[in-house]
Amino acid sequence: MKYAARRILALFITMILVSFLAFAAFHIISGDPARAILGMNATEKQLEMMRHELGLDKPFLVQYFNWLLGFFSGNLGISYSYRQPVASLIIPKLKVTLVMVLISFVIIVILSLPLGLRAAQKSGSRFEWLRTTINQLCMAVPAFFLSILVSYVFGIILKVFTPGDFPKMERDLFGAIRYLFFAAVCIAIPRIAMAVRMLKSTLIEEMEKDYVRTAISRGNDRVEVLKKHVMKNSLVPTITFLGQTMAEIVGGSIVVEQVFGIPGMGRFLVASISNRDYPVVEALVVILAFWVILSGTVADLINQKIDPRLKLGGRA
Amino acid sequence: MLEVRDLHVKFHNRDREAVAGVSFTLKDGEILGLVGESGSGKSVTAMSIAGLLPRKKCDYRGDVLVDGEDMLHANRALLRKVQGNKIGVVFQEPMSAMDPLMKVGKQVEEVLEIHTDLSPEERKKRAIQALEDVELPDPEEVYNKYPHELSGGMLQRSMIAAAIVARPSLLLLDEPTTALDVTIQAQILELLKKLNKKHGMSMLFISHNLNVVRKLCKRVAVMQRGVIVEEGSTKKVFFHPQHPYTQHLIECIPARVKVIARKHAEEEAEEAGQMQPAEGGQTVSADSGNAASADSGQTGGDRNG
Repeated sequence: MKYAARRILALFITMILVSFLAFAAFHIISGDPARAILGMNATEKQLEMMRHELGLDKPFLVQYFNWLLGFFSGNLGISYSYRQPVASLIIPKLKVTLVMVLISFVIIVILSLPLGLRAAQKSGSRFEWLRTTINQLCMAVPAFFLSILVSYVFGIILKVFTPGDFPKMERDLFGAIRYLFFAAVCIAIPRIAMAVRMLKSTLIEEMEKDYVRTAISRGNDRVEVLKKHVMKNSLVPTITFLGQTMAEIVGGSIVVEQVFGIPGMGRFLVASISNRDYPVVEALVVILAFWVILSGTVADLINQKIDPRLKLGGRA
Repeated sequence: MLEVRDLHVKFHNRDREAVAGVSFTLKDGEILGLVGESGSGKSVTAMSIAGLLPRKKCDYRGDVLVDGEDMLHANRALLRKVQGNKIGVVFQEPMSAMDPLMKVGKQVEEVLEIHTDLSPEERKKRAIQALEDVELPDPEEVYNKYPHELSGGMLQRSMIAAAIVARPSLLLLDEPTTALDVTIQAQILELLKKLNKKHGMSMLFISHNLNVVRKLCKRVAVMQRGVIVEEGSTKKVFFHPQHPYTQHLIECIPARVKVIARKHAEEEAEEAGQMQPAEGGQTVSADSGNAASADSGQTGGDRNG
């Protein structure tokens, strides 16, 4: 498995680079964490002591390596504003976001695959303009607007869940999942529209290929060709797309978490940036970057199993 | 075996008929060459025979009878029975004509999977036998390869194996050697000759290259702008072309090749002991280079060599 090993090494190196950039970025931008913690009335001496306590008086590279070593041993540092270990702050929020993103991903896969197939089959039919319009509408609607709409309709009118009152996962898992489901739908809808469009064009493109004609010349009908040949050939771009989707819905979750009042990673990230809580922000950025790169790597590894040509590095 | 009567095909997005009244027949075990430049309608003719015409995108009329079955108007169920089973097709680009993600052996087997009740082991045996028939070295290894792992020549042999594995009575070859280099081309032509002799398979060989057709086919039809302008024995068409367009096609063949071709023809005729008088008298002047056109004495109006 040389290919897999190479990819995992690449993942690791990218992560180191990202962590360095994340660390450097928050040390370059203006703002003094000591001042943020102690407030405007603190004396210079107090600030000095605080900086020493946080390790901010050490050279930059030393700070970075200390932080990196801590990261590997599971010590993500201490939050400036909460005075608690970052790991214990992040993990519960990570769980919430992860559950929401996974629900969203499942919805996307379950709905977009059959819809995409159908769109390809129905291409050129009389109501195609209607399908295209609905598709573009779904793609164009911003997630925050969808969130407001869904909160209003399902939360306030239909009372399926109570917006703003997110049940604790440990206490009411089912309630929490039900709550997250509505947020997940809001994240999923634009991506489903994109996936359907992508699938439709991929399938139509594949159906035009020469090997389809060959397969038909052997006595296959179109459905058989689709099942035996076209689906597998369309799988590579589809999995690449789903990999990107996996990465992007985490980004999309930030806005949706705000609207729904979900105590997830996105909300925590926004709050921590405005508090200049560097250890939290750095940890979150690294986790997000890891998620994005991991999604791509997993998609590539699956694709390489499907398409043996990718092993040669011929097609990207 | 194959009878095409007054075939017309017109695509909706074109003004001119792609095929404008083509008729010819192909006897059992015969190899007929169909020659013409691109756009002359030869491929569309082949597609009509194979039942691969995109019917929604064109108007068509006439008869295409393959062993009595009308391929032009047959429904999907009937087409399915004939395609692959009675008619095998080999296309121009072996690399794109094969599913890149399916092993070569599985693609050879596909016809058997559709048309027979053979067990998977039996199918594999037959597929490997077919790969052996097309003279691929190490057929079992080829069976387990993906298309991108084979060379163009090997792939085209595999395509032929896939086309003949169910022993169809008719093999349609749509420019099967065009994408290959000359030595491989010659090998494939040899192979086709052998298969024709061994299995008595009828073949319709389509090419834009009259010289390639000459090596394989006894009879040839020349197509231009959707109609057959000349038809006859390959020798007659090659050395005594009647139609200006055929003369033009022959002019495109390098002079040296024509000299060699004539020598071959003479040798063959001598062997057969029946030197044709009409031909014999003129061969002397044939070395001059422009042999074919000098012979014919006809100067076509549309010649612009």
